[in-house]
Amino acid sequence: MSGYRGKVQQLLRAASVEVGDRVRVEKAGSVYEGVLMPRTELGDPNHIVLKLASGYNLGIKLGKGAKLVKLEKGKPPRLGIPPLKIKRDPSKPDVSIVGTGGTIASRVDYRTGAVYPAFTPEEIYSAVPELANLANIRVIEACNVFSEHMTPELWVKVGKAIAKELNAGARGVVVAHGTDTMGYTAAALSFMLKDLFRPVVLVGSQRSSDRPSSDAALNLIGAVTVAGKSDIAEVCVVMHGSTEDDFCLIHRGTKVRKCHTSRRDTFQTINDIPIGMVRGGELKLFRDDYNRAKPKGRVKVDGKFESRVALLKVTPGMPSSVIEGMLKARDKGIVLEGTGLGHVPESLFEGIKFAVSKGVPVVMTSQCLWGRIDMKVYSTGRDLLQLGVIPAEDMLPETAYVKLMWVLAHAKGVEEVSKLMRTNLAGEITPRTRPDVFLKPVFSLKASD
Amino acid sequence: MELNYEKLGLRVGFEIHQELDTHKLFCNCPSALRDEEPRLEVKRRLRPTQSELGEVDRAALAEALKGKGFRYQLYPDSVCLVELDEEPPHLVNEEAVDITLEAALLLNAKPLDEVHTMRKIVIDGSNTCGFQRTLLIATGGRVEVEGKSFRVPTICLEEDAARKMGEGAELIDYRLDRLGIPLVEIATGPDFFDPYTPAKAALYIGQLLRATGKVKRGIGTIRQDVNISIAGGARQEIKGVQELALISTVIEREVQRQWALLEIRDEIKRRGAGKVVKKIIDVRGVFSKTSSEVVRSALRAGGTVLVVKLPKFAGFLGKELQPGRRFGTELADCAKLYGGVGGLFHTDELPAYGISQEEVDGLRKATGATESDAVVFIADVKEKAEAALSAVVDRANQALEGVPEETRRALPDGNTEFMRPLPGAGRMYPETDIPPIAITPLRLRQIKARLPELPEKRRARLVEKYGLGKELAERMSLSENLELFEELVRKSKANPTLIATTLEETLVSLRREGVRVEVIQKAVLEELFAGVAKGKLAKEAVSEVLREAARGVSVQTAIEKLGLAVMGGAELRKLVRKIVAGNRELIERRGRAAIAPLMGILMERVRGRADGKLVHELLERELKKRGAK
Ligand SMILES: [Zn+2]
Repeated sequence: MSGYRGKVQQLLRAASVEVGDRVRVEKAGSVYEGVLMPRTELGDPNHIVLKLASGYNLGIKLGKGAKLVKLEKGKPPRLGIPPLKIKRDPSKPDVSIVGTGGTIASRVDYRTGAVYPAFTPEEIYSAVPELANLANIRVIEACNVFSEHMTPELWVKVGKAIAKELNAGARGVVVAHGTDTMGYTAAALSFMLKDLFRPVVLVGSQRSSDRPSSDAALNLIGAVTVAGKSDIAEVCVVMHGSTEDDFCLIHRGTKVRKCHTSRRDTFQTINDIPIGMVRGGELKLFRDDYNRAKPKGRVKVDGKFESRVALLKVTPGMPSSVIEGMLKARDKGIVLEGTGLGHVPESLFEGIKFAVSKGVPVVMTSQCLWGRIDMKVYSTGRDLLQLGVIPAEDMLPETAYVKLMWVLAHAKGVEEVSKLMRTNLAGEITPRTRPDVFLKPVFSLKASD
Repeated sequence: MELNYEKLGLRVGFEIHQELDTHKLFCNCPSALRDEEPRLEVKRRLRPTQSELGEVDRAALAEALKGKGFRYQLYPDSVCLVELDEEPPHLVNEEAVDITLEAALLLNAKPLDEVHTMRKIVIDGSNTCGFQRTLLIATGGRVEVEGKSFRVPTICLEEDAARKMGEGAELIDYRLDRLGIPLVEIATGPDFFDPYTPAKAALYIGQLLRATGKVKRGIGTIRQDVNISIAGGARQEIKGVQELALISTVIEREVQRQWALLEIRDEIKRRGAGKVVKKIIDVRGVFSKTSSEVVRSALRAGGTVLVVKLPKFAGFLGKELQPGRRFGTELADCAKLYGGVGGLFHTDELPAYGISQEEVDGLRKATGATESDAVVFIADVKEKAEAALSAVVDRANQALEGVPEETRRALPDGNTEFMRPLPGAGRMYPETDIPPIAITPLRLRQIKARLPELPEKRRARLVEKYGLGKELAERMSLSENLELFEELVRKSKANPTLIATTLEETLVSLRREGVRVEVIQKAVLEELFAGVAKGKLAKEAVSEVLREAARGVSVQTAIEKLGLAVMGGAELRKLVRKIVAGNRELIERRGRAAIAPLMGILMERVRGRADGKLVHELLERELKKRGAK
């Protein structure tokens, strides 16, 4: 836990010093007094970290001639947040927040510099007091992993937690999720949750909630607003709509993708417009072709997924052995991220032919991300159709991947797989491509317009 | 006012912030300020983060209460996503670390073994992320100035804040060009006991920093914060003293202010004042027929007039704390900051400003104030006026205790105004996006090997080795041209004083005339000074040749073209005789005193083709021969 190891750990033990104790180190004429801090596992093993009274941390190499004395036993961190007791207000909607492992809200202990996540409703209310005006919050933890460690099994666990809350009467559910794989989870929930009759909103943050500039609060307020107020009975993602702290966009769970490594407005709806936006607790919808909420209903979790599916980005000259390797690993389905309208090099034909002959469906998406697959235009496309490749229309590669996992667990035979993959099940395929949905300008002079 | 500062228990320390001459600290953007209109603007908000026990830092809370948003101005070609808090910081600019280590060694401080980047919470919007990143680089420095030694406990490297460009009712405008420029922050101990030594110490530290040759020069590139306290008073952090000359005035006036605040406290205690209560009353009715334009326009705009009584405060609001600043001004500072109002009125200055005696009486009646009480009122939107008066009451209650600890802003005249309460100490936590930096012995050895001379040593050397006068040596020791100067002396063998004057004075005045001296190459200067050393041209001709050289003319051509080749002895003697002969009347009238006007005529004629000393000699000889007395 302390991160200290080897010689330094022995020295600390010898002086019976523990993390949190106030110590004095004398070394080469300098004297440092401060509280011993934990060391990150990645730091080199020869330094100790002290926090000085001024607040600064520094590392001291404990070598020959360094003298370490314990001055005072450390005080245990005081983690109590003043109880902000809020009575349930029957006039406000009940919204459940399902945690998956990311921190929705947190606070910093400046004495140690440690960041503590907020978990209870009281802690979340204290961090984002605006929520108290919007809804009665309930918090459930479905799992506790970083988003990059999510698995199809955990998707189902999250789905079950959501269904339980909705069927028990929640007006809507917010899923707090890390941003890296939020798009995959959103797609998985979209296919999994049957007869969804209330909003399910995924939310996250690009700037951690321990910093004053965090996007977490605005996103959370937006997500709770959508969950508690909107009539969108779909799985959606609610995140910053621009680089400003102004509004959030409501993205359909099957059309949304993380598009930037670090920006607040990283989530974009691709090949379509978002469902709507939320600003200052007010909803504004851009379209009316969404699934409407109903006062009564019962969500079912159809959570069977075939996890042995591969998503392959096609590159020039890629050999067929790549696909053969997948088949050897007993993959049951392959989604290709082809070039352009949906092409692959000739060198991959053999592999595809082999896969199809083994009854392994091969689905075509495009690495362009924007636009629709069309394999009739060029001869390569026509050849691939002949081989039995299934074109995935304007589906996102990641969505097609999740969908194929779900379809394989539900369809009987290749024919049905092909049919289901081409059928719009959860808004993942749009029948027409709007002319106004390609790469909006990164900045407009007034982002709020 | 002659004060005994020792008796007052004056203690002063200061911090110097110096911009470094390298790219930004956590990204690759240039450290360049921009003047043109910004290309883009981005609006953001900051929220105070929850610290332990759910308490936010009191300074952070003050900003949050103001509730303003921020509008950031940016230029996509010189400001990137890092400044915009849309990309994690890159690794620390190692050159900036090196410069800071160099400064630390010059200040006799000990660099740390391992440096950690910290986040210092600042939510006034001047940092897009809500904190300033800062690194403690070295500790335990000590410097001596005029025989007095003082401590330099910390040397830090930090990122500069965004530039505040304006403030409206809802938004504060900041320009992101300055955000992230590396600053070295040098803090002294509270080791000064008079108002005058700190400026000298600051000057010396500034010189040390410039000796590294790697710091920015010019207005705004070095700033001082001064910490001041007196016995029984409280520590004040005074921000942004731009000129060294102002430091002593700022200190004198702060002592004055604290002394006056302590007097107010004692006097008001004697009057038996108790805690002021926040009983804020609406007195719109009193002003139904007012002729005060301020009040009228506030009421017209749907606002109101709120009033609060400060018991036993009569007379103190008008008491001067600093020249032109009264206790009432301090209250107004708080009202403006926390309520966003334009200002306030108080009974110590009324009736005036269109407010009648009847209205003042009405205020007193409404609040039940007697002659010994003061009454403060504000005409504005109800919520703003309420917040403002609440802040006024808080400040008045602090006056009962004495001097509150504050961060104050230095004004151009040496006065100060309230900025925010002094921040609590512990608002720092580690920057997890940046790994610690080990300062290796090898790195320190390399920096030690190329440490610049200390300014005082350098000055002494310039006087001793080159025979420069004290003032010129001082100037040269701080000049960017020092290296060039030494090289030119070595190569040309010309008189060092001539070279130094040319570099520091002649070129500067030519530039002021609009001559493009920057195009003159080093080789040209070498040739020019070698020419002077060999007697090919007189030193008086240097300026003329440089003027030509700036237009691309070679030194040789310039000498020929201008007819500047040194006059032979015979030619010069002939000229002297001719001038003397032509001015017989002047010589007869003034005798030897005619030398000065004659020199003037002669030098005009030789136009730099002869050495002035030689001309003078020849003239004296000629006059002697003619028997002038
Ligand atoms: Zn940058």
